[in-house]
Amino acid sequence: MHMRFIKQIALTGAIIVSAGGFLTAAAQAPPVTLTKPATPEKIPDADGFIRRWLILEPIPAGGLTDGAVQTLVGKEQFPDQLTVIPKDGDKVNVGGAELGWHAVESLNYNVNLFHFARAQNRKTSDVLFWVVTIVNSPRELRDVRLSVGSNAASVWWVNGQEVIGLYGDRQTVIDDGVSKRLTIRKGPNVIRAAIVNGGGATDFCARLLDANDNPIRNITVSLGEVKTVNRSPRRK
Amino acid sequence: MKKLLAAGLLMLAPTVFFNDSRVFALEGVIGIHDPSTIAFCDGKYYTYGTGGTSLVSDDGWIWRRGTPLPRRGLAPDVIRIGDSYFLYIAANSGPTKAAINLLTNKTLDPNSPDYKWEEGGVVASSDGVEDCNAIDPGVFLDPVTKRLWLTYGSYFGYIRLVELDPKTGKRLDPNEKPRNIAINGEASIMIYHDGWYYLLLTHGSCCRGADSGYNIRAGRSKKVMGPFIDNMGVDMLRGGGRFFAGSAGRVIGPGHFGLFDLGDGVQRFSLHYEADLDRGGASVLDIRPLLWKDGWPVAGENPQAGTYQFESLRTGTALELAVEGFPVGGRPVRRPPPPAGPDAAGNTTVPPGTGGGLFAGIGRPIPDQDAAEVSKKWPTGSVDVRMANYLCQAQQKWTIEPAAGAGGYLGAPYFKITVAGTTRTLAAAENGELTALPEFTGGPEQLWRFDRLADGSWRIMPKAIPGLNRPLALSAVGSSFATLAGFDPMSEKQRWLIKMP
Repeated sequence: MHMRFIKQIALTGAIIVSAGGFLTAAAQAPPVTLTKPATPEKIPDADGFIRRWLILEPIPAGGLTDGAVQTLVGKEQFPDQLTVIPKDGDKVNVGGAELGWHAVESLNYNVNLFHFARAQNRKTSDVLFWVVTIVNSPRELRDVRLSVGSNAASVWWVNGQEVIGLYGDRQTVIDDGVSKRLTIRKGPNVIRAAIVNGGGATDFCARLLDANDNPIRNITVSLGEVKTVNRSPRRK
Repeated sequence: MKKLLAAGLLMLAPTVFFNDSRVFALEGVIGIHDPSTIAFCDGKYYTYGTGGTSLVSDDGWIWRRGTPLPRRGLAPDVIRIGDSYFLYIAANSGPTKAAINLLTNKTLDPNSPDYKWEEGGVVASSDGVEDCNAIDPGVFLDPVTKRLWLTYGSYFGYIRLVELDPKTGKRLDPNEKPRNIAINGEASIMIYHDGWYYLLLTHGSCCRGADSGYNIRAGRSKKVMGPFIDNMGVDMLRGGGRFFAGSAGRVIGPGHFGLFDLGDGVQRFSLHYEADLDRGGASVLDIRPLLWKDGWPVAGENPQAGTYQFESLRTGTALELAVEGFPVGGRPVRRPPPPAGPDAAGNTTVPPGTGGGLFAGIGRPIPDQDAAEVSKKWPTGSVDVRMANYLCQAQQKWTIEPAAGAGGYLGAPYFKITVAGTTRTLAAAENGELTALPEFTGGPEQLWRFDRLADGSWRIMPKAIPGLNRPLALSAVGSSFATLAGFDPMSEKQRWLIKMP
């Protein structure tokens, strides 16, 4: 059965149940998997997953096919969208809406964009997320591959070069999309992605693999200055 | 009736084509009877047959007549140990009176200054009275013990085993009494696999052209001296033997198994067919993949031309051109109930009475995508290659066919691989990556070899990779992308299932 079809049914069902108040679970606090980074830099986790990212609040968008996603990311939604290194708390204007960049640290190997958007009281379906992180390498690394999974479609850049495109309605599978061999520079390297969700859950995971497909951990991830003041979730 | 027959032939044609193993018989001069195990020497492949004939090949695919042996005996076998080649060849001097002679050489290349066959004497014989006919030697170096063995014999009595000296190739103990290990066969040879000794034997009648019943059978034992038991528990000393290879298609009477181990779990076996109908019923050499299943050898088939999907054993996803796919038959929409009978266009309702709705289909068979039409939307120039769930779409079907004049490798020609119905050609790219070129131009990076692995999956390798001089194989990298990587026999990343779409 079509996954988006199932996801839509599941979402609809959840809303009905919540509205009816049949389950006490509806009153529980939503799970939290994203926190504010507490240190200037962080190494990837034991499996090499990069857990620290800057995420822009979601932009309404639709279409998961190759052409639709490429058209979407090829259109300038905010200035310098393929080159900007944002800071936590920066704002951009997208189609008249002010959207904020947020530094997050995931408690899991994957970054749950559904949790992120929900915490911002933003749409979770038919949206586009921009995410950025900085990987610092103590030396040049050759024959490295960026390895990602995403729900749903996504396009990835490393140091400005597009390296992965995943299209269609799909779930986050570790090592789903893997780039061709690339070189990680000594010093900072920018990994950027645009992730498009259709309906329901949305998340991604990313790590770097060495020439033998082993996770790379001798790097650090930093996002520059991170504002530590907790802000209230946006009210619609 | 005539129209129906024509339609039936059209439907059958692809099947016949795919299964016609003669399409890829070895090229060149391949006439030989009772070929020896193939030996590799200084970049060339050699095999020797009855009458002292020989065949030689630079690539294992195109063969030519080689220099005859100094002895014109029966069914030789050859092995390399250290710096020496030991060749065993039999001579019959009367019914069941025979002797197997040793010839030694430093090289098999007649152009080498070291090329000189030396007589090593008789290593086994039969006196014309005993229950054995000492012909058809098969030499075996035990990889575990490093001891050297010779099996021999024919239908007159027993297949026998004697031990040889691996330093000289001669009998280790001339007074040792030969051991009986099988009966009712000839062309015996032993191989070792995963803790078992396998005795391969040719049963059936020889030398009758297309009326030959030759077929290859196997038994196995935990000990080199036997007993060799078949899959039904029958001792080969009582005529047992699990079926391994028989007549098929247009080739009749396979016999004289010989192992060629390419390493990394890739094995081939040589044999001859008593009659190749496409070559006038001549006895010819063939080389095929050796597979293993449930502890028994299986005779594999070489790659066949056709249109296939390439499925990664690692991921289950299929190789495809990195272009936007379109659902076969269009995107699903909610349909009204299909008509009960043929529609205005004469299309028959299938299946009737399923009603309408999202899951009812369109009420008639959906044709394959027209690649020529679909590909008009694809980018021109080179396109990336990736993997995705197989959805029967045009960019996921690949046609493989031999590349004319491109030579080959042991047992098969180099192939070109194109998206079916288009000229888009799979090629190795810089830095060990993949691309699809707009068309085939014959470069070595566009030529592919298919090696059947022991489990029946395939290793697929380009002949050359731009900027690299080491062999790499088509490899899954993640679920949705493919690359070229060093072959790891312990991994499923470089193993592919080639399926008919």
